Amino acid sequence: MAISIDEQAAKDIIVEALKGKKGKTKFYLKDYYKMLPDEKLMDVKRLVNQMVREEILEYWSSGSTTLIGLKGLGKQHATEEDE
Amino acid sequence: MAKHKTPLIDQLETGPWPSFISDIKQEAASRAKNEKGLDYQVPQDICEDLLGVLELSYKDGRTHWKHGGIVGVFGYGGGVIGRYCDQPQMFPGVAHFHTIRVNQPSGKYYTTKFLNDLMDIWELRGSGMTNMHGATGDIVLLGTTTPQLEEIFWELTHNMNTDLGGSGGNLRTPSCCLGTSRCEYACYDTQELCHFMTNHYQDELHRPAFPYKFKFKFDGCPNCCVASIARSDLSFIGTWRNDIRIDQKAVKAYVGGEVPSNAGAHSGRDWGPFDIQKEVVGLCPTGCMRYEGGKLEINNRECTRCMHCINTMPRALRVGTDKGLSIFCGAKAPILDGAQIATLLVPFVKVEEPYDELHELIGNVWDYWMEEGKNRERVGELIKRQGLQKMLDKCNLKPIPQHVLEPRANPYIFWREDEVPGGWKRDIVEFRKHHQR
Repeated sequence: MAISIDEQAAKDIIVEALKGKKGKTKFYLKDYYKMLPDEKLMDVKRLVNQMVREEILEYWSSGSTTLIGLKGLGKQHATEEDE
Repeated sequence: MAKHKTPLIDQLETGPWPSFISDIKQEAASRAKNEKGLDYQVPQDICEDLLGVLELSYKDGRTHWKHGGIVGVFGYGGGVIGRYCDQPQMFPGVAHFHTIRVNQPSGKYYTTKFLNDLMDIWELRGSGMTNMHGATGDIVLLGTTTPQLEEIFWELTHNMNTDLGGSGGNLRTPSCCLGTSRCEYACYDTQELCHFMTNHYQDELHRPAFPYKFKFKFDGCPNCCVASIARSDLSFIGTWRNDIRIDQKAVKAYVGGEVPSNAGAHSGRDWGPFDIQKEVVGLCPTGCMRYEGGKLEINNRECTRCMHCINTMPRALRVGTDKGLSIFCGAKAPILDGAQIATLLVPFVKVEEPYDELHELIGNVWDYWMEEGKNRERVGELIKRQGLQKMLDKCNLKPIPQHVLEPRANPYIFWREDEVPGGWKRDIVEFRKHHQR
């Protein structure tokens, strides 16, 4: 199973949607489903996880929940250690 | 000489029970001595500083840990939980103190070599402190720094043939009881199924897929030794369909006091002679047993698999021969909305490779939850919010009486219009023929 539209186009949609968000930099996986409403959820999950491996996105984990955002945006290691 | 004075937590050593403070002090002393001549990759006084920060927390009555962050190994969305101390100047040894979860072997069987190898990695690259095991079942390695994460991950996966466990919005490390390996009550091979599911759903374990955590647990029988019914979103509990096997001779041996009840577990004091009426028949929750004329009888149709009689007289009573498992859904701990016990979804399914029925159900539950579940909503809370009927629909399951008995999530299953002949409309003339105004 794969995403029904062109994979690169889907990635662009996600990146554009993330760039358009104001304030927050990290989002639940569920927010990514809304960016590609016509796709199967498991396929969106696979795409998002692939984008993490390609270092376009990155995970943030509290230990209990996971957020995903554009790599390099928002709070990073340095600030989390020393804020 | 200890680095920090710790009068408050020292009191924790004064009780009659083993103390984790003594354990940490022991590891601190061992690291200070460094008899093996290790080139410690994290601060040598990490244990000392841990005691220091704990003492401060006791003094202040508040925590000095921050948790969460962008820590992990490449490509994995779970397995590592970032922890930082909010007093890094005072306690530089624990400024970074990340937790690593490691997938425990099914049934928690270890070889000494495995444990030694694990500790060789962990003393060099971490604090040397572990939690065997965390509540979910993982091996928990407590306290290391970010640069060590990839190194530890490489060694665990390449040299020890194991993997990280789950954390975050993932499938959590599946866990099971020791099953048929040592237990005659087990109705299926829990270790086999747990191991298979761990491998099969590895992607869901490591790459976030869900609104929140999701747990599988596998219990071989209704004794529920891993408490799957209370602690897992999808709980697989061994059961049987036919009759409990009775060895009447052995029953007599129990009654005659030749065999100690409960396999001798209550031998600490003299509880008096075994009374089958009081201790077994009278305690049956459905009252489906009787002992008359030296013969024990069970009305198996009424049995709810509480296991009490089997536990009390294991030599005389054995689980049935037609074995399989029941699937329960929706248990959770009381973080939000109170604790919930799981509710029955599938009363009986045979456990046979390639487990197609199980995969289908798991897929349906996940699809439903991923679609309808809110962020940070467990599947049990979703059932409570939308009703068990919706879950049954999504899983293509027909409502059965067990779905509306305790433990209940929703006491009512309603008929839908398309399930009723003639729908909701009725012929009033026909109705009046039989019923006056």
